Amino acid sequence: MSGPSKYQPESGFARWLERRLPILSFMYDSFVAYPTPKNLNYFWTFGAILSFMLVAQLVTGIVLAMHYTAETSLAFFSVEHIMRDVNWGMFLRYAHANGASMFFLAGYIHILRGMYYGSYKEPREILWILGVVIFMLMMATGFLGYVLPWGQMSFWAATVITNLFTAIPLVGDSITTWLLGGYSVDNPTLNRFYALHYLMPFVLVAVVAVHVWALHVTGQNNPEGVEVKDFEKETVPFTPYATLKDAFGIGAFLVVYAWLTFFVPNYLGHPDNYVEANPLVTPAHIVPEWYFLPYYAILRAIPNKLLGVIALFAAVLLPAALPWLDGSKVKSGRYRPLFRKAFVLFVVAGIGLGYLGAQPPEGGFLMAARLLSLYYFLHFLVVLPWVARNEITLPEPDSIEAALAAKKASTMDAAHG
Amino acid sequence: MATVAAGAAVWPLIQQMNPDASARALASVEVDLEGIAAGQIVTVKWRGKPVFVRHRTPAEIAAAEKVDLGALPDPQEDSKRVQKPQWLVVVGICPHLGCIPIGHDGEFDGWFCPCHGSTYDVSGRIRSGPSPSNLAVPEYSFLSDTKIKIG
Repeated sequence: MSGPSKYQPESGFARWLERRLPILSFMYDSFVAYPTPKNLNYFWTFGAILSFMLVAQLVTGIVLAMHYTAETSLAFFSVEHIMRDVNWGMFLRYAHANGASMFFLAGYIHILRGMYYGSYKEPREILWILGVVIFMLMMATGFLGYVLPWGQMSFWAATVITNLFTAIPLVGDSITTWLLGGYSVDNPTLNRFYALHYLMPFVLVAVVAVHVWALHVTGQNNPEGVEVKDFEKETVPFTPYATLKDAFGIGAFLVVYAWLTFFVPNYLGHPDNYVEANPLVTPAHIVPEWYFLPYYAILRAIPNKLLGVIALFAAVLLPAALPWLDGSKVKSGRYRPLFRKAFVLFVVAGIGLGYLGAQPPEGGFLMAARLLSLYYFLHFLVVLPWVARNEITLPEPDSIEAALAAKKASTMDAAHG
Repeated sequence: MATVAAGAAVWPLIQQMNPDASARALASVEVDLEGIAAGQIVTVKWRGKPVFVRHRTPAEIAAAEKVDLGALPDPQEDSKRVQKPQWLVVVGICPHLGCIPIGHDGEFDGWFCPCHGSTYDVSGRIRSGPSPSNLAVPEYSFLSDTKIKIG
């Protein structure tokens, strides 16, 4: 992907600009001529979907910020004002709230794609780690944003999460007071959460830019897990092929997003958040939004406060070490039968933990959460390293071209009978 | 020298996040005890948290003092939890997972936490249920016989 640009300036203005700031050739090389493997499936459209969602959240968010007030006695009311008085306010609010859910849905699919096809392996380790950083920034942004409507769940989620820091020995209480700006979640907390919620997405944009840069250095992985060997035969220009495929992917994704936003906008939310925050009344069940549930389950599974907090952060950070935990030279799950089974177990454990995160942490639910949390960590620390060392992989194709030719031959056979 | 200067430049940016003067002013709250009848529990807000101020009857005091420490998951003598036996001041947050227990409830007529069933006695000590410890006693002092300052 390095080398002289393929861009040919077509106008006087283009030539003038190119000499001063070669942005046109840069855009052309990165998103028009950029060689994209021919064999990518629709799981590869989620990068574009995520970029779209980031822009969608930025736009709806900035517009909402024109009408929202971050003060404890006014915040809840300002959101209702947006819903009732502000032109298109109801749409914007629901688009932003459901947009966050869709952002995480796409994020999880994108991560699972990376895990299944070995997109974290050499030479894409930095790309993967940048992805983990993006995921953490998303979680921070989502958490901060959820506090802003100042409903019961907003307040108590903020209380639970900021209380986590009291688990730190010696300095925990001081750090928590510093974070809160007081002795409990109150106006200083709400105000600074608003400032940070506005800031984080722009940090995200910067990290995403570096993430795409890292991607363009190595090129995409592909479902065969075999690197591109012949650019002429195995790649197509990003535009029009990937551009149109991404557009289609985004379109399909938008159908789901629109269904949520327009038909069941409160389905993923919690009714208690339509009750204004009350520091003297604890809701019967404090639950975070669905995308945090697996991590919440892990936190509550550990009976010790400090260890629970450590487990929570470890669960988020551990995947960063995947390139070194899974040493298999075969990238794609297609050619790794044992790995595929482990992957299914991992997905089942993740969904199970998500379900358990919404249940009361007692009895059978607690035991199940402990078992699945244990599996989560074992998957990374024990199962994948063991599988990488002991698995007998299926023979990989010699190249993408060979794989495509084999596929064509078999479909021709099927067609001709 | 440069490190000191850099530290001096950065410190205000960090310190600005600590509780401001208005938050610090609410760090203590005074409670007038005169209106609280014997047997009554009053909830006040201190540093954003509920605090239970209980005017204990002689019967409750006797019951609290009589409890065998061996029966307590978090053993503590009643006399260590009060300054004057008829006034019990405890933070109204269940140490288990932070819910607010209900007063005059539970087996010992102390408090009962509806979230997961922790039961506290009239000294605010955990008797049964998942809470790992007794209801916390905040820092407080008697300004007079009828007034306390919490915090």
